[in-house]
Amino acid sequence: MNAPLGALDRPNSYIGRSVSRPNAKRLLAGRGRYVTDLVLPRMLHAAFLRSPYAHARISAIDLSAAQAMPGVRLIATGADLAKLCKPWTGTLDHFRGMKSPPQFPLPLDEVLWAGQAVVAVVADTRAQAEDAVEAILIDFEELPPVVDVDAALEPDSDRAAAGLDDNLCFGLKLDSGDVDAAFAAAAYVVEEEFHFGRHTAVTLEPRAILADWDASEGRLTVHHATQTPYQFQDLYSRHYGIPEASVRVVAPDVGGSFGMKLHVYHEDMAVVGLSVLAGRPVKFVADRMESFISDIHARDHRVRARIALDAAGTILAMDVDDVTAIGAFSSYPRTSAVEGNQVVRLMGAPYRFRDYRAELSAVFQNKVQTSQYRAVGHPIACAVTERLVDMAAARAGLDPVAMREKNLIPDDAYPHASPTGYRFEALSHEKCLKRLTVMMDYERLRAEQAELRASGIHRGIGIASFVEISNPSPAFYGIGGARISAQDGAIVKVTPSGEVRCLISVTEQGQGTETIIGQIVADQLGLPRERVRVITGDTEVTPHGGATWACRGAGIGGETALQAARKLRENVLSLAATVLQAKTFELDMRDGVIVDLMTGAERISLAEIARIAYFRSDTLPPGTSAQLSVAHHYAPQGYPFAFTNGIQGCHVELDTETGFVHILKHWVVEDCGRIINPLLVDEQVRGGVVQGLGAAFFEECRYDGNGQLTNGSLADYLVPMACEMPDIEIGHVETLTADTALGAKGCGEAGTAAASAAALNAVNDALSPFRASIAQIPMTPTRLLRALGKI
Amino acid sequence: MKARAFSYFRPATITEALTVFAVAGGEASYIAGGQSLVPALALRLQAPERLVDIAHIDALRGISLEDGWLRLGALTRHVEAHDDPLIAAHAPLLALAAPHVAHPAIRNRGTLGGSVALADPASEFPAMMLAMGAEMEIAGTEGTRRVPADSFFLDLYQTALEPGELLVAFHIPAAGPEHRCAFDELARRRGDYAIVGCGTMLTMSGAETSSARIAFLAVGATPVRARAAEASLVGRRLDSETIRSAQAALAEDLDPPDDEQVPAAMRLHLARVLLGRLLGSLAEAA
Amino acid sequence: MTTLRPLSLMVNGETLTCFAEPRETLADLLRRGLELTGTHTGCEMGVCGACLVMLDGAPVHACLLFAVQAEGSAIETIEGLTAKTAIADLQCAFHDRNALQCGFCTPGMLVTAQALLARNPQPSRAEIRDALSGNYCRCTGYEAIVDAIETVARRRAAGEVAAAFAEEPA
Repeated sequence: MNAPLGALDRPNSYIGRSVSRPNAKRLLAGRGRYVTDLVLPRMLHAAFLRSPYAHARISAIDLSAAQAMPGVRLIATGADLAKLCKPWTGTLDHFRGMKSPPQFPLPLDEVLWAGQAVVAVVADTRAQAEDAVEAILIDFEELPPVVDVDAALEPDSDRAAAGLDDNLCFGLKLDSGDVDAAFAAAAYVVEEEFHFGRHTAVTLEPRAILADWDASEGRLTVHHATQTPYQFQDLYSRHYGIPEASVRVVAPDVGGSFGMKLHVYHEDMAVVGLSVLAGRPVKFVADRMESFISDIHARDHRVRARIALDAAGTILAMDVDDVTAIGAFSSYPRTSAVEGNQVVRLMGAPYRFRDYRAELSAVFQNKVQTSQYRAVGHPIACAVTERLVDMAAARAGLDPVAMREKNLIPDDAYPHASPTGYRFEALSHEKCLKRLTVMMDYERLRAEQAELRASGIHRGIGIASFVEISNPSPAFYGIGGARISAQDGAIVKVTPSGEVRCLISVTEQGQGTETIIGQIVADQLGLPRERVRVITGDTEVTPHGGATWACRGAGIGGETALQAARKLRENVLSLAATVLQAKTFELDMRDGVIVDLMTGAERISLAEIARIAYFRSDTLPPGTSAQLSVAHHYAPQGYPFAFTNGIQGCHVELDTETGFVHILKHWVVEDCGRIINPLLVDEQVRGGVVQGLGAAFFEECRYDGNGQLTNGSLADYLVPMACEMPDIEIGHVETLTADTALGAKGCGEAGTAAASAAALNAVNDALSPFRASIAQIPMTPTRLLRALGKI
Repeated sequence: MKARAFSYFRPATITEALTVFAVAGGEASYIAGGQSLVPALALRLQAPERLVDIAHIDALRGISLEDGWLRLGALTRHVEAHDDPLIAAHAPLLALAAPHVAHPAIRNRGTLGGSVALADPASEFPAMMLAMGAEMEIAGTEGTRRVPADSFFLDLYQTALEPGELLVAFHIPAAGPEHRCAFDELARRRGDYAIVGCGTMLTMSGAETSSARIAFLAVGATPVRARAAEASLVGRRLDSETIRSAQAALAEDLDPPDDEQVPAAMRLHLARVLLGRLLGSLAEAA
Repeated sequence: MTTLRPLSLMVNGETLTCFAEPRETLADLLRRGLELTGTHTGCEMGVCGACLVMLDGAPVHACLLFAVQAEGSAIETIEGLTAKTAIADLQCAFHDRNALQCGFCTPGMLVTAQALLARNPQPSRAEIRDALSGNYCRCTGYEAIVDAIETVARRRAAGEVAAAFAEEPA
């Protein structure tokens, strides 16, 4: 653990301490207030008729029967909503040549995936809305669906949407060094073709939105289960032509998000228009079946990659081709190209090599859009890299640990520029690897493995180093023209009773944002944590800011809170110095009391200072300005991203007769810089690992040849459950970023980034005695039995 | 995901239930635990005009042992199959299978009658009824009848139950010390429908198997008895050679469906692995 | 067909008479009619466990039961279990161990945990995981939940009595 941030180890040194989350108590008591729970007077409910076809033209819509159904208040088509809402296009300027068809809340004449919302029904109850949906008659003229990515790229291929010249949404080529020469000179080349299934986020609370247009005031209030209220304030304002100040977006308790709840969804945009048309609050909660066919999906990559090695097993070069299938649109406003971009830029990230070439193709087809979901691109880059490194180790006759010792970027070699275009400030791969092998008792595991193999028990050990992107600067979205803030803002204020409120633009979805912000503010002010209240998720009260995504909450939001609290502390001490006729630098605040810095003698309480400031300013010297509220913004200005790193280990047992894998244990060593709350960091990592293991073994959106999702229910899409998941041991290394006073980087995606890679290596390790291998996730029993030649 | 509207009736007797159902003219469904029916209604895959709730009919309850037969009322819940001492002693396959049936809260509501009447080929209890040689007691407007499990499961979700008929009880030949039972299944996750599952009930005469009943789930349109495998065990000691021959015989017994996720060859392979392991465990237990 | 049926239920110790359409699930009735929004619906088909309530003392999915079927039954929801302090120790342990993140699964987890410990006061970790097999959590990875339940089992075996959860300081 690093030294505490303050000069003094005060009673309120909360940074670095495991404390529980005050706001978790209401959730434990069943008093959470999620959008799904909210009811407004005269509220109506929306349901959508959805396209049964992956690609079709809408020839005719007959609403007459539906309009006569009980409880129906409004039925709206694409044409109705297009009169109110400007269309949007999911491209970013810095992704050159990117294209995507314009999108409307509901389609005008062409449906582009099975499950796309086509007509909205608003009724008194959701059940009545669903009844009316069944009574709508639509004539669809089926069009050929684009399903296969290779076929989609053929010049004469059908197009995923009318108006597209071809099905390539975005292509990118990276080339640094002399890859051809490196491969020509290599002693070994290892190569593989990898397949990564489509996943989806499956938050337990589905998407939920409640829009309330008040025509009398021209005000729109949207309660929205989202990570990014300000982004949506901006979008609702601009697309519906409502002044920004008249749009309020509130994100109350949110039942999980993981990146899924920051994209524009057609239904959500439609609900705003439905409220305008109905003149009443309209609520839409996606049911689970709708979630599977309308939440963004993620991954779906086919990667062909190879690395070149010298005779000693040193990695020389890497050559990558990533084809990713993104659906019929690029999502908005963050696009569907970021994942692929991060895949090709994170390839080989932990390793020291200079020659790199990559090609990315993001391809349209008639499926749900893909976009950013936890650990965007990381699991693909990590799995490809780490599997190739293991294959290379086998070729070079090196143990996987020795292979990594040889090739990881040394801890003393920073700053380091990657051949993919990233700059790393300071990472700790070597320390993490060392720590991991101790935690795993690696040598013993290898000995046990050999012993058990002799008795027909096949265990596998896999490790995977990773680099994670966190704390993104405007280089991420702002530069591409998206109105997505890289800065955050906080208001920290002392109440008349001497308590503190912090209103901050980062948001809470259960990861503990409010808790760590409270810790930082209390720590920096010198106040018991119980006296700090943190308020998030309401554009009406917090300053504008980026909110919570891409692992920026702690690093950027935390630094914002720290700087704001320091400013407020100065103000409090300055006022106290005036009251006490002391010098500011002689005073400190501890446990909510202004004390003499040197002796610790109590001088005056914060409550008393507040009382004087708010009620007896007449007793202060003339000209005294009591500023007990501070508004402060912070934007990252150093490195474009604060990269973090770590390593994971996975231990599995493969039943070679059934193809079933039992995950025995999983380890993570993780370096997110300053750890603000170890308890929360560990649980972020564990939750992330399990999402990665879900991807490795279970999760996959399966489509048939007609573009129909065939397993779109929670019974058929296999999420990881308690019985199949292992205990996960976590260790930490702390390499602070020098870009901030806090020194914190992100940790929310670390678990997901490398868990599937470690699992892939572990299963391949177990397969190795059979000269079998697998390069596809999820690693299902069917695929493993095929790999083993049993079927 | 809201069900279409329906009317609801809660009869107190079997006769009343049959009448209330008959009056609906084919547009009714019985509901007991509802653990399979309610999702089907919520998804609007089914939309009866009338639900006849049979959960409060006392004559459909009870677990008793009489004259070598265990009688289980159709409303016997999954959790009772797991916990009841009479079931554990005399229908051990039900007790062995119960923990694999969905999840604890489902088992608190789900009934054996509902599960068997639905006849999902991937469900555990229908296959176990087949493995145990149970007989189904069925009530209709014409009176009651008993149908042996071997002729109860007709096709996918189709049973010997005529529309409106009510499954009243199961009559199961009570197992005794001469029986050896084993159950297992291969499910991706705990509680999922299995890729393949198997219940095996051997009657031992000394070291030899005198009779055998083996039933598989999730290998076809109905639960399937493995008669060739059964025959290969009879009159032989349960040694590794016998077990291998039983595994081989499954090629005659099973003709699993072929799909991309689980090819037919894989299901057959896994059925063999599973049978081998179950018989192996019974041989070891001897 | 859509007529409302009068319905009498015991909910959290109180006998209530209310009206429901036959097609309304118990989960929807609790949430809409009785404003007991601690019962969550995550899948409406009995696979996520977010809607678990105690029905006559045993956990059931409130989404797999039409309210009319529960006529005459006694139902306890997270609100009722909290009010009578039956699960205060579980709530404390979940809080201390951070065995929840978004909290959407938590009421169901607590109902499962309470039922498990009533049936099996000293479960192994594997038995705890087995009992949780129908409770989906996307956030935690389950380990903290298993830890918290294990801790409560140990404390209950040692005869420790928890203070009312709401009275604990943050």
